[in-house]
Amino acid sequence: MDEACLRELSKIFAQDQLLTNLSDLHSYSYDASFGTYLPNAVVQVKNVDEVSAVLKLANRYRVPVYPRGQGTSLSGGPLPVKGGIVMDLSQWKQKLEIYPDDLVAIVSPGVLTSEINKAAEKYGLMYPPDPSSSHVSTIGGNLAENSGGPKGLKYGVTKDYVLGLEVVTPEGEFIRTGGRTIKNVTGYDLTKLIVGSEGTLGVITKAFLKLIPKPPTTQTMMAVFDDLVISGKAISKVLTSGILPAKIELMDRSSIIAVENYRPLGLPVEAEAILLIQLDGHEETLNKEIEETNRIVREVGARETVIPGSREEADQLWQARKLVSPAIVTLKPTKVSEDVAVPRSKIPDMIDRLNRIKEKYNIHLVVFGHAGDGNLHPNIICDQRDTEEMIQVEQAVSEIFNAAIELGGTLSGEHGIGTMKSPFMEEELGSITLDMMRRIKTAWDPNHILNPGKIFPEPDQNSLVLRDG
Amino acid sequence: MRQLQEKINYEKTFDCVHCGYCLPACPTYESMQKETHSPRGRINLVKQFAEGKIDIEALQEPIDKCLGCNACAVVCPTNVEYSKILESAKGVLDEQKPKTKKQKIAEKIIFDQVFPSKTWMNMIGQATWLYKKSGLQSLLEKTGLTKWAPLHLGQFEQVLPDLPSPAERKRRQKVAKAIGRSKAKVGFFTGCVMDSIFFKINAKMIDLLTRAGVDVFIPDEQTCCGALHAHSGKLGSSKELAKRNIEAFERENVDFIVNNAGGCGARLIEYEELFEDEPEWRERAKAFVAKVKDISQLLVELDTLVFTKPVHEIVTYQASCHMLNVQRVAEPPLRLLKSIPGIDYREMEGSDRCCGSAGIYNIIQYDESMKILDQKMDAIKPTDAHTIVTTNPGCLLQMKLGIHREGLENRMRAVHLVELLYEAGPERRNPYDY
Repeated sequence: MDEACLRELSKIFAQDQLLTNLSDLHSYSYDASFGTYLPNAVVQVKNVDEVSAVLKLANRYRVPVYPRGQGTSLSGGPLPVKGGIVMDLSQWKQKLEIYPDDLVAIVSPGVLTSEINKAAEKYGLMYPPDPSSSHVSTIGGNLAENSGGPKGLKYGVTKDYVLGLEVVTPEGEFIRTGGRTIKNVTGYDLTKLIVGSEGTLGVITKAFLKLIPKPPTTQTMMAVFDDLVISGKAISKVLTSGILPAKIELMDRSSIIAVENYRPLGLPVEAEAILLIQLDGHEETLNKEIEETNRIVREVGARETVIPGSREEADQLWQARKLVSPAIVTLKPTKVSEDVAVPRSKIPDMIDRLNRIKEKYNIHLVVFGHAGDGNLHPNIICDQRDTEEMIQVEQAVSEIFNAAIELGGTLSGEHGIGTMKSPFMEEELGSITLDMMRRIKTAWDPNHILNPGKIFPEPDQNSLVLRDG
Repeated sequence: MRQLQEKINYEKTFDCVHCGYCLPACPTYESMQKETHSPRGRINLVKQFAEGKIDIEALQEPIDKCLGCNACAVVCPTNVEYSKILESAKGVLDEQKPKTKKQKIAEKIIFDQVFPSKTWMNMIGQATWLYKKSGLQSLLEKTGLTKWAPLHLGQFEQVLPDLPSPAERKRRQKVAKAIGRSKAKVGFFTGCVMDSIFFKINAKMIDLLTRAGVDVFIPDEQTCCGALHAHSGKLGSSKELAKRNIEAFERENVDFIVNNAGGCGARLIEYEELFEDEPEWRERAKAFVAKVKDISQLLVELDTLVFTKPVHEIVTYQASCHMLNVQRVAEPPLRLLKSIPGIDYREMEGSDRCCGSAGIYNIIQYDESMKILDQKMDAIKPTDAHTIVTTNPGCLLQMKLGIHREGLENRMRAVHLVELLYEAGPERRNPYDY
């Protein structure tokens, strides 16, 4: 990066907002995925003028800029893969306004996702998207990646809750998209274009979010199966019986065993799968629905069902799901967390494919995820210091992607493409679709300064690499 | 390189998967607003240093500014042993970073002679007493000289408690017998700072224990727990101190080893891990650790006290990080507080977050510490508390300082849990029960 560019940056930013010493640069060189890349500078922005000034400067000097929230991305979204400027938006968290009469929240990009829901709850409302990192991740990052979460089954994902945005374009111009009304068909839907664009089309500086009434109560059920295919059938049967649970989470046998070894909770270790189902709504309806759900899953072939009698017992069941991550890393330290989604009816096929991949490459692979909406998280447990093993893992992950695409699914349900999955884009989308996407990118960002190296594969990038160069 | 990697716990840095779940728990990430001053950032820097990608200067500030409160370890989904990584990084910094001769001598005196020595700690207690009684303190305060003293010690002097005279100090007995039938034999680990500056609280503690129905022994040979040494990277001396303490309490053959300083207690329960390559000491340490209890734990387990004098106050509780995050003692102090008649207990927002005291952090990282203290006081004020209760001497001093800085001395005070329990008229329920 040009010295002159750095000098100009230092004129825009106070000393404590512009970070250039080595310890700071290293601290913004990673996210929760793989690889570390040193930026030349980090700027901590707190208003539109600062964002705009950085982008204009970057266009003049042709320096890449990478927007970043709190770096919880599992796909490499904020990684400064080509050096340049990391734009940290995590400290811009001052605005969190709830308008209960409009059912709208207005937020600045650094607000934590869970804080929005917490604020909404005070008015009997909720902001449903609940990625498991929502107590750490910023709304700006969630919007950029279009994050999901378990409640996606009933409530949809981030994009379903965005009414409007304020954005600074890659060239540094300020624009508004959408508005604060539920209905809005005025022109192209740029809001939806920006959401999920992974920080390649603009920097989101404010969001107008839709809130919905919060259901008064919840009810949980665990269903135990001796056969994965039957658990898949149970999901379909429940969903076609007029019942829409808030979430249906799946744990396969290896994740059950891992959790039970890690912290004995009395889980059925000989089972092939368990489903954790949560219903929400009014108590009377719930009592009926849980009874009905119980009847259906047993009829389809659940070996056993557990309906907790108290909030604490229910929490304990959900605890099991939460413990999967810590439990599996006790085996080996590196966790490659995948994110494919398939049509719901294909879940048993996908799990079957995963088991075959596991055997073929002799890897530790566990499967859990949001089975209700077809989004699975196959996790491979390995050791990044073991090069041989990592090569096997890379091949296995490629095969997982292929399997998902073949079954009519997609590379990523909620983590994003980033650096990790870009080599597989063409396979899923075809060359023309990918080219249309590239044209959109070029129209918005003619100098390619905003978050380069993401979504689109680089010319020499044709396979997944999880090892540091 | 390999040697350095071993020393700095390089392998343990791989347990961190960079998920970032530690960020919201970290007080310095909140106050300093930079990834560099977060647990994830620090672990990454240790790793980069061990790989030779950054030099020691780049590592030093982020490590020095860590409070060591361990709140990150509690929320870590992959159980990264953060405190081990931190301690070893401090150890390497301590060895490698160039220090002035003066600094070295000062450190040697403080860590090798002052803290391990009962005589020294008594003398500090007495010197502080003399300082307060002689009028020197008020003279210095009036002239504003204390404000100019290095390390802002003047700030802390203003909030020092009333100290006992040397004669009073000498009068303390080595054994105190239970009131009524004895339920257990308890060794009292007095703690350096508690026993020098807060000697009077320790006296109340002994009284409280006898009322609870246990015999109390105070071994003379006990020494500093070694926490401050370990937190400053002096692991070797920390080990020696551990051995002396283990020996001292073995001699008395007690049922429990009780302490009232969250920081000391946290160190004591880690003794076993110090002796990974010394099997004999490891066994002895294991037996020692099994007996260690915080005063609040012991009192709740004994369940022998009733409180006869109502305390009509609004009370809030500031947890000691080391008690909460290392000893994982959370409930007992609250149970005791709530059992005092008349108390209006109100939880402050973030009562589990560090107050910025953190050993000697508030002395050597004064500015950062005061930022954290100001945030803490902002959380306390809305409770309208009359009394802030803590369970560690460092936190207690820091809370006193917080009250002083806010000018709230007229309507707010900070006390050790033991003091408040003592005020509430503790009596043994059934003195002749087994």
